[in-house]
Amino acid sequence: MPQAKKRQQRLLADPLVAESLFAFKLVLTMSLIEAQDITKIYSFGDVELRALGGVSTTIEKGEFVAIMGPSGSGKSTFMNILGCLDKPTGGVYRIEGIDTKDLARDELAEVRNSKIGFVFQGFNLLSRTSAIENVELPMLYNGLAAKERHDRAREALKAVGLEQREHNHPNQLSGGQQQRVAIARALVNRAPIILADEPTGNLDTKTSEEIMNLFVRLNNESGITIILVTHEPDIAAYSRRIIRFKDGHIVNDEKK
Amino acid sequence: MINLPSTIRIAFRSLRVNKMRSALTMLGIIIGVGAVIAMIAVGSGASARIAEQISSMGSNLLIILPGTTTAGGVRMGMGSQPTLSMGDAEAILRECPAVEAVAPTHGGVAQLVAGHMNWSTGVTGTTPGFFLVRDWQLAAGRYFTDQDVKSATKVALLGQTVVDNLFGDQNPVGQSIRIKNVPFQVIGVLERKGQSPQGQDQDDAVYIPVTTAQKKLFGAQFPGMVRIILVKARSTDALNAAERQIGDLLRQRHHIGQKQDNDFTVRNLTQIMQTAEQSSKVMTLLLGAIASVSLLVGGIGIMNIMLVSVTERTREIGIRMAIGAKTWDIRLQFLIEALALSLMGGVIGIILGVSSSVVISTMSGWPTVVSPLSIVLAFGFSGVVGIFFGFYPAYKASLLNPIDALRYE
Repeated sequence: MPQAKKRQQRLLADPLVAESLFAFKLVLTMSLIEAQDITKIYSFGDVELRALGGVSTTIEKGEFVAIMGPSGSGKSTFMNILGCLDKPTGGVYRIEGIDTKDLARDELAEVRNSKIGFVFQGFNLLSRTSAIENVELPMLYNGLAAKERHDRAREALKAVGLEQREHNHPNQLSGGQQQRVAIARALVNRAPIILADEPTGNLDTKTSEEIMNLFVRLNNESGITIILVTHEPDIAAYSRRIIRFKDGHIVNDEKK
Repeated sequence: MINLPSTIRIAFRSLRVNKMRSALTMLGIIIGVGAVIAMIAVGSGASARIAEQISSMGSNLLIILPGTTTAGGVRMGMGSQPTLSMGDAEAILRECPAVEAVAPTHGGVAQLVAGHMNWSTGVTGTTPGFFLVRDWQLAAGRYFTDQDVKSATKVALLGQTVVDNLFGDQNPVGQSIRIKNVPFQVIGVLERKGQSPQGQDQDDAVYIPVTTAQKKLFGAQFPGMVRIILVKARSTDALNAAERQIGDLLRQRHHIGQKQDNDFTVRNLTQIMQTAEQSSKVMTLLLGAIASVSLLVGGIGIMNIMLVSVTERTREIGIRMAIGAKTWDIRLQFLIEALALSLMGGVIGIILGVSSSVVISTMSGWPTVVSPLSIVLAFGFSGVVGIFFGFYPAYKASLLNPIDALRYE
C-alpha cells in the first residue's frame, strides 16, 4: 500500500510529531537513576577530602541493589546524593530523567517527598509521636486531605504487619517494629524508590531476616526499587545486584 | 503546599511536650501584657476621674476672686478685701460677649435646724445663673428665680448631704428650716454631684438668693457686696477671651490705673483641670511604655527558648526535611510555636491584667478603666512579638542542611 506509506512519511516529516516520538523513545529508554561521573569533595580549609572520585552507574526500575564497601569508601556519601539529601561537587545525577543539578532546595524536597522513601539505620522516627502519625508525616508535606492521609497510613502499616500498633509511640515498640514503621513511612507516598542505609544495623539476626524479607516482598510484589547500603554479606545476599565501593570508586558491579 | 491545620497541630504538640518550659516562656509575655493592661487601666482611671471632676465643676468655668488687703504690713490673703459687687456681676454678663452666664456668690458657714435635727454647713447666696454655670440639675422641687433674688425671699435649695443629715428619708421640699435662726422654706433639692477636684463634698451645701444672704444672714461691708463671681464662658475656646474681657471691664469699673495691680483675680479652673488631665494622660502613656519593656523582655525570652528548641530538635528537622518538608513548612512550624506561646501568654496576660486592675481599684480605691483598645493593643502587640522574635529561630531552622541535621547528635 504505497499510499499508506506516503502518509506515514509525511507524518514523520512533521517536526512536532518527530519531536514527540523522540521524547516518547527517551521515556521508554530512560533509567530510573542515572549517575554520571559523580564527584564529591569535602574541603576543610586547605585539606581536601575526595569522598567520591567519579562514580557512574545506572539503576533501572524494579532493581534490588546492595551497595557494599568498607567504611570511608564513599558508599554513604553516594547514598546521600542518590537521596537528594546532598549535592554532588561534579557530575550529573538524574532521577526519572530529571537533572537534580537544576533543582532548587524546595524542588529537591519535593523529589524526596514523591520519589524516595528513606529507611535509616537508627530508624529516625519522631519520638513522642504515635506510629500512625509518624507514617502520616510525608503526606503532611504534599497537601493530602486528613482523611486520605489517615487511610493511606493505616494501609501502609497493614502492609508491614503493624495494624495493631497504630497508636503506640516508638519507645513502646521493638527495634524491628520501629524499622517497620519507618518502612511504612517510606511506602506511604507510593515513591518508586526506597533508599535504606544499613537498615538492619541495629537489629538482631532474626529481626534482620524479617525486615529483609519485607524488602524482598515489596520489591517482588509492588515493583519498588530498593537500594540498600550494608557491609554484611548476609544482608547483601537478599539483593539481586551488588555494587562494591572502595576509596570513592566502584570496584565491582555484579548482577545475579 | 503548606498544610496549616497539621502544622498548627505539630506546633502545639511540641509545646505540650515541654509543658514547664512553655509555661515559663509564656510567663514573660503574661507579665508584660498584664502589666501593660493594668498600668493603662490605672492611668486612664485617673484621667477619667479628672474628666469627671471637670464636668462636675461645670464646664468652661472662670472664678473671679476679690483682691487682698494689707493691715499694718500684714497681707491678709486672697479674697480678704471686699471689692466685688452685684453690679460687677451684672456688668460682666451685659458687656462681655464671651460670657454665657454669671453667678455672684456671698455666704458663710451657718447652723441649720430642721425639726429636732441640726447640721452645720456652708450657706451660699447666689443667683439662678449659678445652676447654669455649675451645670447642676434639680433632684426635686424648683430653683429660685430672679424675682426671689429681687425681693430677697427666704427660700433655700439643699444639697443631698444636707438633706440626708436633716431630713433622712423624708421629702424636704415644702418643709421649713432655720438658718442662723432665720426661718426658710425648702423649695428644692439638688442632684448629687460628689466630690470636688479638691476633695470637698459638693453636696454638703445650701443655696439661697444672694440678696437674702446679704441682708438677712451674713451682712455686707457695702451694699451689694459679693465674695466670689463664677462665670461660664460660651465655649472652651472662648475662655481666654472671657478672661481678658472680664479683666478689662473690672479694671475700668474699679478705676484701676495703668500701673496699679488688679484688686481681683480671675482663675481659669477648667484650664487648670485640663492641664491636670493632660498630665495624667502623659502618665498613662509613660506607665504603658514602661510596662511594654517587660513585654519586650518576654519576647526575647521566647526567642531564646525557640533557639534552644531549634538546636535541640535539629535531628527532627533533618527527618522532616528528608521526607519532604520544604523551607516554609519548617519555618511555619517554628513560627507558629512562637506565635502560640506569645498569643496564649497574651490571653492569660489580659485576664491577669484585667483582674489585677480590679484588685487595685478595690484595694486602693483608685478608679481603673480597662479600655477595650488597650486589650486589643496588648494582644496585637504580643502577636507581633511572637512573629518578630520567632522568625529568626524559624529562619535558622529552615536553612539547616538536611544531611547535617540528620547526623546531628
